Amino acid sequence: MARHTLSVLVENKPGVLARISGMFSRRGFNIHSLAVGPTEQDEVSRMTIVVNVETKPLEQVVKQLNKLINVLKIVELEKDASVERELLLIKVKADAETRAGIVEIADIFRSKIVDVSANALTIEATGSPDKLQALTDLLHQYGVRELVRTGLVALGRGDKAISERPLKLAERTG
Amino acid sequence: MKITGAQATIKSLEQEGVEVMFGIPGGAILPLYDPILDSPIRHILCRHEQGAAHAADGYAQATGEPGVCVATSGPGVTNLVTGLASAYMDSIPMVAITGQVPRWAVGGDAFQECDSTGITMPITKHNYLVMDPQELPRVINEAFHIAKTGRPGPVLVDIPKDVLQAEMAWWYPDAPELPGYHPVTRGNQKQIREAARLLLAARQPVLYVGGGVIRAGASDELRRLVEVTGAPVVTTLMARGALPDDHPQCLGMPGMHGNYTAVTAMQKSDLLVALGARFDDRVTGKLDSFAPGAKIIHADIDPAEIGKNRAVDVPIVGDAKSVIHDLSEAVEEIIAERGMPDYAAWTATLDGWKAKYPYRYNQPADGLLKPEYVIEQIGKATGGDAIFVGGVGQHQMWASQHIRFKRPNTWINSGGLGTMGYAVPAAMGAKVGRPDQTVWAIDGDGCFQMTCQELATMTYEKIPIKVAIINNAFLGMVRQWQELFYDSRFSQVEFGYDTPDYVKLADAYGAVGLRCESADEVETTIAKAMDINDRTVVIDFRVDPAEKCYPMVPAGASNDDIILGPEFEKDHADVLHDTPEAII
Repeated sequence: MARHTLSVLVENKPGVLARISGMFSRRGFNIHSLAVGPTEQDEVSRMTIVVNVETKPLEQVVKQLNKLINVLKIVELEKDASVERELLLIKVKADAETRAGIVEIADIFRSKIVDVSANALTIEATGSPDKLQALTDLLHQYGVRELVRTGLVALGRGDKAISERPLKLAERTG
Repeated sequence: MKITGAQATIKSLEQEGVEVMFGIPGGAILPLYDPILDSPIRHILCRHEQGAAHAADGYAQATGEPGVCVATSGPGVTNLVTGLASAYMDSIPMVAITGQVPRWAVGGDAFQECDSTGITMPITKHNYLVMDPQELPRVINEAFHIAKTGRPGPVLVDIPKDVLQAEMAWWYPDAPELPGYHPVTRGNQKQIREAARLLLAARQPVLYVGGGVIRAGASDELRRLVEVTGAPVVTTLMARGALPDDHPQCLGMPGMHGNYTAVTAMQKSDLLVALGARFDDRVTGKLDSFAPGAKIIHADIDPAEIGKNRAVDVPIVGDAKSVIHDLSEAVEEIIAERGMPDYAAWTATLDGWKAKYPYRYNQPADGLLKPEYVIEQIGKATGGDAIFVGGVGQHQMWASQHIRFKRPNTWINSGGLGTMGYAVPAAMGAKVGRPDQTVWAIDGDGCFQMTCQELATMTYEKIPIKVAIINNAFLGMVRQWQELFYDSRFSQVEFGYDTPDYVKLADAYGAVGLRCESADEVETTIAKAMDINDRTVVIDFRVDPAEKCYPMVPAGASNDDIILGPEFEKDHADVLHDTPEAII
């Protein structure tokens, strides 16, 4: 199944998230991850939605999103033409014996130890989803207590900004 | 000027040109009902909120103006839900104003609280919860703009009781500001020229006309396109009357209970020009085998409909009125250069089918009354100069088949959602919108019992309509499916002819009740009903319970497997098919 990253500018109004998530669920579209937050404009929020679809339904996803009154603009961010990041917090079992090995792995991934206790370490890592998955896989041998990921956020490369003209157009970058 | 939120709401409705609203008061909406007394807007007090919603829908379909309904919080809103969903599926412009518990109580499971905007989110085009009285004019202005423009639809405005009571400084916006809402109305001219070229190059084209043509008021434009090209036309359930049925190029209704010619013309066509239609499953049958040899031109105001069900060769996003006009111009230009297209062989084939496979039923002189006969006679008695409103089921299909529609906006029904109980309240709304017109509700006995309490509303408010109950004592369409696909094992479908006694029931509601049980009484009974114009008339037509609606394409089957019915069995064995396996 193909994965696409949509950057969606929406009006910062109550209920917008419910409108979008409701539309996805009732039309049977599959959200892989969704991250939402404020932008450089107070009245606009930006959602980064990673959807699992084939090419044809992607067009439907974009068109149905466009029909929502509070949606301002939708841009599909192509992998090569955008910067994609995600943040991971992961709590790993760690005692005196294993701690050094875990720290070493964390260093290799340029991640940070943000909390330590007698029996556990919490690591903060950012990067592409692939990198975070690789780190998680390596840490499994020590025992993962819990983990949380923010979902992907992304921006197109270059000097253009999709929020310059918040018109409702489904564009493609790159 | 300081006024209350309730006054501002009514004033805003006046600004939007609202003349009528249908509703029922209750706790949370109470403040709104006080300024109604001082407003020129007519409020029609319904007996059930579902009736109010369908009435607003019927009003909108008859007039083209947005219908307005009002309800209180909680159960008031949940009772509107069916009506909103029906209007949403059929793209009917409507605005619902609902009361909500006070702001401080919202979210706390207060008495008669429900999440109105949450519940109606998937069945409205948009909705609002207004938390600031100062915002009311802006929201109501936007609500009407959204309901009317683009692909029309219902919009709900939910207002907490204390927002209605609070003071605000009156203002009204000049125009709505909706940065995320810009419906495209004019079609892409290059695509339109390509469509014109394809249409004139086709040998077996069909114009597939849907409800969008009615919504856009594009009948005149359609007629021009039809006459300029000579192309045949099918009018879907939502588009009956978009082109008159007596027009030689009109093939009538396609789909599950459409006629052989309309269904088969689409199947065999080399080009379908879909105008404001959405390739609904009731039209296409099994999608994989629908019109396999046809190229597709699809013009619709909603870009999401284009390519949703069927891949498209020429997509055109735009309003039907503007697109059909531009398409006619483009077609005329090419014809001026290269002459008329050659559809002669195609037209001859279609005329042959029309003659051989019309709708057919048999009314025996002394046998049970046939529903088709009743409906056909009502159509004839009015000469097509009436508004017909259907319920949902066999009678709806028979009405769409056997009434010869002359004009747009004269066939009103719940096509997409298929809402039983739609006819009586929607007919009431249609009559309120078009008091000059005779309004006939063609209803089933099952449908009628779902919403007949609006007879009381019509008696009180002096709204005289005519209701023909096609009483077959059964949930007829379900019975038909059980007979055909469940080996005649009839399960929970029998209502009986006389519970209730419809004549007495009509009388109890202050309407006139008539009964008709045989073919020879039909004409006189209809004439009697036509003579009564100061009260609603309800006619109990007791018809043959075993009569089935044909032609029929079973659900999930290909349109090639259309079943013509028993009237064809004798002389046209060649086109009959065995009943396919039932697929729900």
